[in-house]
Amino acid sequence: MQRIGVFVCWCGSNIAGTVDVKAVAEALKNEPGVVFSTDYQYMCSQAGQDIIKNAIKEHNLSGIVVCSCSPRMHEQTFRKTAQAAGLNPYMVEISNIREQCSWVHKDMEKGTEKAIILGKAAIAKVNLNAPLTPGESPVTKRALVIGGGIAGIQTALDIADAGFPVDIVETKPTIGGKMAQLDKTFPTLDCAACILTPKMVDAGQSDKIRIFSYSEVSQVKGFVGNFDVTIKKKARYVKEDLCTGCGLCTEKCPQKKVPNEFNLGMDNRRAIYIPFAQAVPKVATIDADYCTMLKSGKCGVCSKVCTAGAIDYTQKDEYIEEKYGAIVVATGYNPISMDKFDEYAYNQSKDVITSLEFERLTNAAGPTAGKLLRPSDNKHPHTIVFVQCVGSRCANCAEKGKEYCSKICCMYTAKHAMLTRDKYPDTDVYVFYIDVRTPGKSFDEFYRRAVEEYGVHYIKGMVGKIAPEGDVLKVQASDLINNKQIHIDADLVVLAAAIEPDKSARPLATMLTASMDTNDFFTEAHPKLRPVESPTAGVFLSGACQGPKDIPETVAQAGAAASKVIGLLAKDKLMGNPCVAHSNELMCNGCSSCERVCPYGAITYSDKEFRMPDRTVAIRRVASVNEAVCQGCGACTVACPSGAMDLKGFANNQIVAEVDAICK
Amino acid sequence: MQINGEFKPLIVAFCCNWCSYAGADLAGNNRLAYPENVKIIKVPCSCRVNPMFILRAFQRGADGVIICGCHPGDCHYTSGNYYTRRRMSLLFSMLNFLGIEKERTRVEWVSAAEGAKFAATMNEFTEAVAALGENKRLEDLRCKR
Ligand SMILES: Cc1cc2nc3c(=O)[nH]c(=O)nc-3n(C[C@H](O)[C@H](O)[C@H](O)COP(=O)(O)OP(=O)(O)OC[C@H]3O[C@@H](n4cnc5c(N)ncnc54)[C@H](O)[C@@H]3O)c2cc1C
Ligand code: FES
Repeated sequence: MQRIGVFVCWCGSNIAGTVDVKAVAEALKNEPGVVFSTDYQYMCSQAGQDIIKNAIKEHNLSGIVVCSCSPRMHEQTFRKTAQAAGLNPYMVEISNIREQCSWVHKDMEKGTEKAIILGKAAIAKVNLNAPLTPGESPVTKRALVIGGGIAGIQTALDIADAGFPVDIVETKPTIGGKMAQLDKTFPTLDCAACILTPKMVDAGQSDKIRIFSYSEVSQVKGFVGNFDVTIKKKARYVKEDLCTGCGLCTEKCPQKKVPNEFNLGMDNRRAIYIPFAQAVPKVATIDADYCTMLKSGKCGVCSKVCTAGAIDYTQKDEYIEEKYGAIVVATGYNPISMDKFDEYAYNQSKDVITSLEFERLTNAAGPTAGKLLRPSDNKHPHTIVFVQCVGSRCANCAEKGKEYCSKICCMYTAKHAMLTRDKYPDTDVYVFYIDVRTPGKSFDEFYRRAVEEYGVHYIKGMVGKIAPEGDVLKVQASDLINNKQIHIDADLVVLAAAIEPDKSARPLATMLTASMDTNDFFTEAHPKLRPVESPTAGVFLSGACQGPKDIPETVAQAGAAASKVIGLLAKDKLMGNPCVAHSNELMCNGCSSCERVCPYGAITYSDKEFRMPDRTVAIRRVASVNEAVCQGCGACTVACPSGAMDLKGFANNQIVAEVDAICK
Repeated sequence: MQINGEFKPLIVAFCCNWCSYAGADLAGNNRLAYPENVKIIKVPCSCRVNPMFILRAFQRGADGVIICGCHPGDCHYTSGNYYTRRRMSLLFSMLNFLGIEKERTRVEWVSAAEGAKFAATMNEFTEAVAALGENKRLEDLRCKR
């Protein structure tokens, strides 16, 4: 039997105004287990806490009930008070008689009556409380960043800056992500490479950062503070430590007809390649799909010209195992495929391009060395039509587009239009839009400059059809403001394609047990208050993998994610939440119901030996909960058909006792 | 429950810790009144509510039971309220067979910012349950005082 103390707070007149606190303290004296009951003006004050501490010692209390304000206010306070007096902090229950009683009721008699019942419920619960101790686990002081775009780079740099080692895993042969492909960046129009490549170099040279390029995460086990990750280093047939990045092999390779993905297929590269001049690591990679040597054993030119002896045609995929305390997901985004948008003739005409292709066409390092030329005939286009929201905000076209706003397209289209008019004042530039959304800092001013200073024709309305005819593109569109149909003969059409999360994000989320929304963007632990944490402890989010973002927002989030990681890695030990599920192995029948509903993958099964009443030994498959991973939601307790799963601190019998006390 | 000859339905409200319990607190902060006979039980997540708890409440004399959780998509544990929604629609669909009008139970999404919604929901639910009268069917007379 517990020895329970009850402490009724007046909260000045906040509670005492509507609840007869003395009557409550008096009434609760006779409840089972209660050996002491009192009231005081302010229980949370030093004097009030002293009353509690003294009573615990004097009456040898094993549990206490504080009838006061919401546990969200002072549960921690009273737990500490109890602990200071030698009581387990989880032997404290709060009865919320302020927010949920005195403040919402006016009648003294009824308020008092309710407060007594709420007190009884808390007493009934604390009678069944057991001391709980949070589990402790050590923290591996190393972070993993998955994805090496601007988000991943910034997060890694910030973590390294605080002195912790970080690894970046990037699927491509180089870090840099989409930003490396951009030309100039809104709203300031500084060149993307000029602000990105120094960061790439910093990451490459930092003694705290290791870059696993051309690599993928293939397995994740463990939990916050203690992740075990397997990284697959794909064979690039070049020894990274020997390659100097001189580029001779990429000039001599006879296989010249490989579509260059960095320029989105608008020109070709060799079978051995370095994606771009500022790549980090600056190491060549052999594309096994095109290399004649790897396919037929005849060639070997690169190996002959490489003075460093870096080529290794026998290289195999390598698996590296490493431990991490925290994982940051920064897998970014991709423009959606235009295959299903027949009305825009993307697949019929080379002169219908996406905005990312436009970035490459205007980039000095791109396929046209920065000259704006039509892909079909390399002529300078005089009339350019930009189409916004291609596949974005598409509520009724879920099979080809996205319901959400891709957020960045209004701004980059304004940028493209403005830069075109700036460099080629003889071009006519039209932008078709549903709305122009420019809520960032200096964004609206930027858009207005495009219209007012640069004379870009913004037309509210959607393009209905684009038909290639001879060497022009017949654009049919509606002008919603003047309520008329418009026909434009364009030389080039640029589609602002919606963006979507990288395809690899979904399997990665499953590996990490991190949750995603219906669009496969990673979800945050709380949309407002915990925007860079995933609901899975120890997994953090950075950049466009969490939702469409421009660079300023990406960098801000990258820094925020880094600071969360640093906060975690700075700890030597992690204290868990002791209110976790546990399974009664004698009752568990190994059905997996609990495992299926667990959002965290906290439940595992193992075969255990049980001594049966007839002295035989039976081996049964039973569930066990990893307390460091369990977050204590209780989903499993309800799913369990045999009643083997229960939740500490919110046990079945405790909740039933509360129900009984209230309904008596 | 009869008070001075007047029927006041006894309502048990299960509130998840992260949204709805905080919503109830906000109703308190804003002094938004609702009937005294609504009694809140805190659970970590709406998915912690075992259908058994609801039946137990009815058995012990509750006239209505309401489960409040975070809005879909906002559950602190990601998917808990989806489990709740499914489990409860299953339970509710069977209540009529037990002789309990299914209108005596309800699932509502109340966020931490919706104090007004919490109070309004409690007022409205109490009224709806009051209209149904006392819950007698499942009450186990042996358990009564
Ligand atoms: C046409 C266009 C123009 C733009 N112009 C501007 C502009 O002017 N100003 C501006 O602020 N923003 C602009 N943006 C937006 C900008 O590109 C993004 O904000 C930024 O690139 C987001 O960075 P990120 O690191 O989150 O994603 P990304 O740049 O997509 O980087 C993600 C990285 O992760 C890697 N990766 C993906 N999956 C995995 C995996 N499973 N394992 C390992 N690695 C993986 C990818 O290879 C990539 O390197 C533009 C976007 C487009 C499409
Ligand atoms: S935490 Fe509120 S419903 Fe799950």
